[in-house]
Amino acid sequence: MSEATVADTRRLNSKPQDLTDAYGPPSNFLEIDVYDPQTIGVGRNRFTTYEVRMKTNLPIFKLKESCVRRRYSDFEWLKNELERDSKIVVPPLPGKALKRQLPFRGDEGIFEESFIEERRSGLEQFINRIAGHPLAQNERCLHMFLQDESIDRNYIPGKVRQ
Amino acid sequence: MSFFGFGQTAEIDIVLSDAETRKKAEHKTEDGKKDKYFLFYDGETVSGKVNVTLKTPGKRLEHNGIKIEFVGQIELYYDRGNHHEFVSLVKDLARPGELSQSQTFDFEFTHVEKPYESYTGQNVKLRYFLRATISRRLNDISKEMDIVVQTLCTYPEVNSSIKMEVGIEDCLHIEFEYNKSKYHLRDVIVGKIYFLLVRIKIKHMEIDIIKRETTGTGPSVYHENDTIAKYEIMDGAPVRGESIPIRLFLAGYELTPTMRDINKKFSVRYYLNLVLIDEEERRYFKQQEITLWRKGDIVRSMSQQATIATQRYEGSNSASAQAKEESN
Repeated sequence: MSEATVADTRRLNSKPQDLTDAYGPPSNFLEIDVYDPQTIGVGRNRFTTYEVRMKTNLPIFKLKESCVRRRYSDFEWLKNELERDSKIVVPPLPGKALKRQLPFRGDEGIFEESFIEERRSGLEQFINRIAGHPLAQNERCLHMFLQDESIDRNYIPGKVRQ
Repeated sequence: MSFFGFGQTAEIDIVLSDAETRKKAEHKTEDGKKDKYFLFYDGETVSGKVNVTLKTPGKRLEHNGIKIEFVGQIELYYDRGNHHEFVSLVKDLARPGELSQSQTFDFEFTHVEKPYESYTGQNVKLRYFLRATISRRLNDISKEMDIVVQTLCTYPEVNSSIKMEVGIEDCLHIEFEYNKSKYHLRDVIVGKIYFLLVRIKIKHMEIDIIKRETTGTGPSVYHENDTIAKYEIMDGAPVRGESIPIRLFLAGYELTPTMRDINKKFSVRYYLNLVLIDEEERRYFKQQEITLWRKGDIVRSMSQQATIATQRYEGSNSASAQAKEESN
């Protein structure tokens, strides 16, 4: 069927973009690095902590730069808090590696370098995915995890308001 | 059905009087195949001949009457037994008697009302057909011929644009605009998305056309959503102040006009879904209903075409003038 008409496909009028907006820094900058694993303690009471360093320009975070030390159980705590309080589907953590904690292993178990590196990378992915979620950014537990010196397990769960 | 070759049967053939000149339209059948049927509009006369051909020459065909019906009906797939007829016309062709030889009967349904458009959907079918029947004692002989009906509209008097500001508090604010709220089936959706605030990392943005078929009433209402089109309009991360244009040609997609509460049985509505996807595959969307209508194939006059061409020329002129102004 031939259409003998010409469709009007002109663009709608839009405001010209301000050059400061076009070339300015993006307002969605959020980078979290998990690195420098350190094993603390001796014998059976050893555990590994990781440095969680955050840089952001999102206004919801009080500090634009922060650096804290966290261990695997702190990440587990955060995951549980978010699963309970927020509406998001929380991504999975790297494995708990219970088998590696059994005695009579040929290697270092959970203090094996390759395992720590795997875990570090998984934790970095996990925290980046959570911190980028708008619904998780409201939660008090996330802010405490990323920016407070230590985690107060007796805190009052709640939302952060700007 | 003949018992062991005894008795007489006949073949019925329905031929329209304007079969040579009438246009045919493609229509999807229930199993997805596309077939061509004669196209009719509301108010048109349906006329033709019914040819009854006796199978066994020489033998008579006894019958209780020959008639032809013009039926418009709605069939709900979950309630197959009940056909809701909204148009039902009958013409008697022959009184009860005998046919000694093959015969042809003329019929005419004058200025038949065809209020709704033919529609074959996922849960409902609306169809028009002619049915010629030879009534007999044990079993009837009948033949159906489907036709397709299209409902035409003219340009709506009021066709305001859709303009809205939406977003997530402190995360993402956009202002979207579509040039019209009512589009014909070969129209172009022209619009733009203006970013007021971007605090999430957007990967790309697309616009989808969604068809929603609603059948049933009261407690048993079925919605069937079907994504007819997905069209990417932006790839990459926008910043505040950026304006993304939209130009979506509808002619390439399988669309029907918007149907609202047809005979109180079903509706077919269309929505534009604007979807933004961020780096973590999270989807942010805004759905907006649009009305689709069918335009008749009328060739526009030369003066109208010239007007549109002038508009386009002037539009592009003013845009380049604006750009010159900014670079100064």
